[in-house]
Amino acid sequence: MLKLERRATPSSIMSVASPLLAAVGMLITGFVLFKVLGKDPVEAFYLFFVKPVSTTYGIGELLLKTTPLLLCGLGLALGFRANVWNIGAEGQLTMGAIAGGGVALWFGDSESAFALPLMLLAGVLGGMAWAAIPAFLRTRFNTNEILVTLMLVYISQLVLSWLVHGPWRDPQGLNYPQSQGFGDAETMSILISGTRVTWGIVYALGLALVAWIFSQKTFAGFRMQVAGLAPAAAAYAGFSEKRNIWIALMICGATAGLAGVCEVAGPIGRLQQQISPGYGFAAIIVAWIGRLHPIGVVFGALLMSLLYLGGEAAQMGMGLPSAITGLFQGLLLFYLLAADLFITFRLKRVAPVEVNTLKPPVRAETAA
Amino acid sequence: MDQSGFADLKPRLVLTGITKRYPSVVANDDVSLSIRPGEIHAVLGENGAGKSTLMKMIYGVTKPDAGTIMWNGQYETIAAPAQARRMGIGMVFQHFSLFETLTVWENIALALDEPVPTAKLASQITEVSEKYGLPIDPYRLVHSMSVGERQRVEIVRCLLQEPKLLIMDEPTSVLTPQAVLILFKTLRRLAAEGCSILYISHKLDEIRALCDTATVLRGGRVSGTAIPRNETNESLARMMIGGELAECRLAPREAKEERLKVERLSLTSPDPFGTSLKDVSLTVRSGEILGIAGVSGNGQKELMTALSGERLSPASMIKLLGQPAGNLNPAQRRAVGLTFVPEERLGRGAVPPMSLAQNALLTGARKGMVQRGIIHPSVMKTFSKNVIERFKVKCGGDQSVASSLSGGNLQKFIVGRETMLQPRMMIVAQPTWGVDVGAAQLIRQALIDLRDQGVAILVISEELDELFAISDRLAVIADGRLSPSVKPAETSIEQIGTWMSGKFGDRADDRAASANAHLETANAQA
Amino acid sequence: MNPIVPMIASTVVAATPLIYAALGETVVERSGVLNLGIEGMMLIGAVTGFATTYATGSAALGFLAAACAAVALSLLFGFLTLNLQTNQVATGLALTLFGIGLSAFVGYNYAGLPVNRLTPITIPGLTAIPVVGDLLFHYDIMVYLSIALFVGVQWFLTKSRTGLTLRAIGESPSVAHSIGKSVLKTRYLAVMFGGAMAGIAGAYLSLVQTPMWVEGMSAGKGWIALALVVFGTWKPTRIVVGAYLFGGVTQFQLFAQGFGLPIPTEFLSMLPYAATIIVLVIICRDPKTILLNQPASLGRSFHSAA
Repeated sequence: MLKLERRATPSSIMSVASPLLAAVGMLITGFVLFKVLGKDPVEAFYLFFVKPVSTTYGIGELLLKTTPLLLCGLGLALGFRANVWNIGAEGQLTMGAIAGGGVALWFGDSESAFALPLMLLAGVLGGMAWAAIPAFLRTRFNTNEILVTLMLVYISQLVLSWLVHGPWRDPQGLNYPQSQGFGDAETMSILISGTRVTWGIVYALGLALVAWIFSQKTFAGFRMQVAGLAPAAAAYAGFSEKRNIWIALMICGATAGLAGVCEVAGPIGRLQQQISPGYGFAAIIVAWIGRLHPIGVVFGALLMSLLYLGGEAAQMGMGLPSAITGLFQGLLLFYLLAADLFITFRLKRVAPVEVNTLKPPVRAETAA
Repeated sequence: MDQSGFADLKPRLVLTGITKRYPSVVANDDVSLSIRPGEIHAVLGENGAGKSTLMKMIYGVTKPDAGTIMWNGQYETIAAPAQARRMGIGMVFQHFSLFETLTVWENIALALDEPVPTAKLASQITEVSEKYGLPIDPYRLVHSMSVGERQRVEIVRCLLQEPKLLIMDEPTSVLTPQAVLILFKTLRRLAAEGCSILYISHKLDEIRALCDTATVLRGGRVSGTAIPRNETNESLARMMIGGELAECRLAPREAKEERLKVERLSLTSPDPFGTSLKDVSLTVRSGEILGIAGVSGNGQKELMTALSGERLSPASMIKLLGQPAGNLNPAQRRAVGLTFVPEERLGRGAVPPMSLAQNALLTGARKGMVQRGIIHPSVMKTFSKNVIERFKVKCGGDQSVASSLSGGNLQKFIVGRETMLQPRMMIVAQPTWGVDVGAAQLIRQALIDLRDQGVAILVISEELDELFAISDRLAVIADGRLSPSVKPAETSIEQIGTWMSGKFGDRADDRAASANAHLETANAQA
Repeated sequence: MNPIVPMIASTVVAATPLIYAALGETVVERSGVLNLGIEGMMLIGAVTGFATTYATGSAALGFLAAACAAVALSLLFGFLTLNLQTNQVATGLALTLFGIGLSAFVGYNYAGLPVNRLTPITIPGLTAIPVVGDLLFHYDIMVYLSIALFVGVQWFLTKSRTGLTLRAIGESPSVAHSIGKSVLKTRYLAVMFGGAMAGIAGAYLSLVQTPMWVEGMSAGKGWIALALVVFGTWKPTRIVVGAYLFGGVTQFQLFAQGFGLPIPTEFLSMLPYAATIIVLVIICRDPKTILLNQPASLGRSFHSAA
């Protein structure tokens, strides 16, 4: 009989090994799934995980999709560590795109050198403003941020939809719901020629480093970690809960907003009805698989980006729906959660108790 | 055994060689005991000796790894509490097993194996509770009841099943001294009717007053058996801790200037089931220890959070070192010179999965561990190493995580940390609750040393003996109100006990409280 | 014809899936488990129900299959949170993300296909009554069953012995365990019931409301159901009233058109989401309301140290 037993101290080996275990679990499930769907699993794996990144252009695409995932993942990870359940990074991303895109449209055909910096700033502020709503409602009215941030995702998408259908629609756009394309001054420059990857990935990696310093070396980072691990201890120590919530949401709003503006000022180049295939939600998984640790999040974002590329490749190469990406993402998170159990518990073989008690020793008989 | 008066009766319960191991500790090692019908048998031992684990195995909550249980001459494997109840075993838990949002009858109905119509059950409850002098209203919600009343519900719940064996786990820790005497009456009456009682406690006086026989546990093993009324506190203590009970000495000392002054503090509890503070006034001076006694749930938690700054109040109601502090948060009060040790160690006083060094940073940021927002790990390390050394904290070093320490060692670390932050005013809640005798002694002495250095100390505790030993002055909190303070030498356990039921002072609103107390006494006599 | 009558009728139809999902989640939460995966289970229910009805032509089989599929998903959630004691919030989110992905994957080939809508039942004599007949006796069977579900859940939670046990476990699983109640069994059953109801709610979308399969068609209704549980302070009566109010808000477009209000459709579509935020603020404003009503152990794992 196997039994779960709490470890005396959490296993640090398992906390690193568990994302790897989860990835293996996901791959095995994928193997079975491809088999069931009548595809050759080896070929499918090649098509899904290797071929997309076998060219420079492919690497560029990988980094391109890594950018928003990493940015959102960093912000979310900091929040989750502090027990702030912001699941609306998608909405903050959308608002960042709207704000940044709005600035771009205002500059129009201008060649101003201020256009791009102002767009990025507007994107960051737009994301923060959107995240300020749940922060205010949670700190002032005790309102659960999970539901509020999620509702704001739907609202932000409707705002975007209204803008590109209405006031910001390109008059020469053949009635497509999209804005005018941004000019050169409003577009981020390409990092590696022959690819579409922009300077956004450099910003994102730089921010990962900043986030690492913040969470490991600063007292503010420590306070947020305490708030997540033991809220009562944080109150006892005098760490303001409200300040932690605000910091967590503002950071995530800023990074998600930046992610949004990087998308519209980068590969998309205009505002349109859909600007993210769910990066903000996938970033929840990125944060988790990265152990809520900034460096781990970098790897989590790369993996998740690969899943997106693989999904697109599967659609084109195998005729499978690209929704397979979402399936793999969900599986990954499930496996991770299950594997995480072994950080605090271990399996122990125990002998059934009944054996001992059903056969009483003779001396007990006489003693009675 | 002959002196116990049960020699002619067949044992009701015989435990032989009971052993239970947990990952980090052997809770019970080869424990044997036997109890006869009508016998009140004490299981005596200090905190962590394995008393509760043993009782849980008898009640089927956990299973032994080895050993046998014989019930009325038959070997039994008790797999679940429901089976224990069917066999005739009832248990009153130390931390009550009641649901606060449900009524008395709902709580009792949940523990019954067969459904009973509400009205019938209610009348049974009333009947049994009156018969044994434990009056309760079956339709009352549990959260509206005092802890003493809740204990009655637990006992009545057991009695309804006409138990042959009743297990009482530290039952007097929630009672006033007067209520203890009433409980003893009930227990003696039950025993006279033939019910066996296992009475778990670490209080020597009580055991000598109530119990016929005793099994003493130390470190999970039986360290002796005794007829308590033939023993002295000293001889029992030797069996329990393997040495003499050390006593604290409190040298008389002149208290100096006021360090903490609370004036007419009234504060509504944010917890709907909590106790609001009503018109609390107190002063603590440099070089004295003020002890606050009271039955748990009478506003101690609320007083603690108001004094620590976790809940804010009007500035002028709390003065710290002469400065208005009611509106200061905990960090700001620490900056003025306050430190505090909360009742709840794991999760409030310390962050369970963090190392001791990080837990030093929790409250020690001002001691150079943080400069311009950046953490300095070396300062954290040095500080926590000093605490570990000076307070003899048994652990694997400053990188051990808090949750890996035993209750006593973690408490030593927390008290040590708060002491070494060089406070001018220190507040301590339940300093030795659930702590072994050695650690308790060390902690009490540390508080007295601090007092002798001129620190003002406020101790909130439910252990009257402890408060009498270490306080310069004593006050009682009851239903959110605070009694006047007295010197321990000028009062008695009885007077403090009366105060604990809310009977003190002479203002108008006291009449209701004293009426209640009268009712309780009257009920007890019925 | 009076425009008010179809508006009210459409409100009832809009509210019905919310009632199923929210009442299911109420039972789950009263046992102390927070399952944020309703949205995912609804989508799985929607696609399974649609596919089954498309293949068999039977709406009844469709609802049954939807319930079964969502229960299977809820068992996965149960295994992770109850056996492995994973974080309930994270696991619920995972369930939603997984459900969105899986339903889109499975439903890929069903998008845009037609299916026979579950038709309203007519009650001889009653349906024909002017106005009253249209208001009360002109719905599909699932609307009437949702009322029965409400009565059943209300009775179960307040009157039944098992309901008492469930509530007790929701308040304190450790106490319930110490008096010999099986926390695991009760919570599993509750989670499965919540799954079945979410599945039915999803199938109602793809078989009655729309009726077809569209990727992500629940559009946040699972989350709104979660908000309704809080709004109704975990009490079935208030939850059902809340569901009808929300049903009305989602149908506001009809009202606006009826009154000729010149508001862009996007803003009308925002109303349910904005309303959710507003009611949450109103209910949560006083922390005591939540403390008094929320099951005390909600969202916390329980491990018996046996």
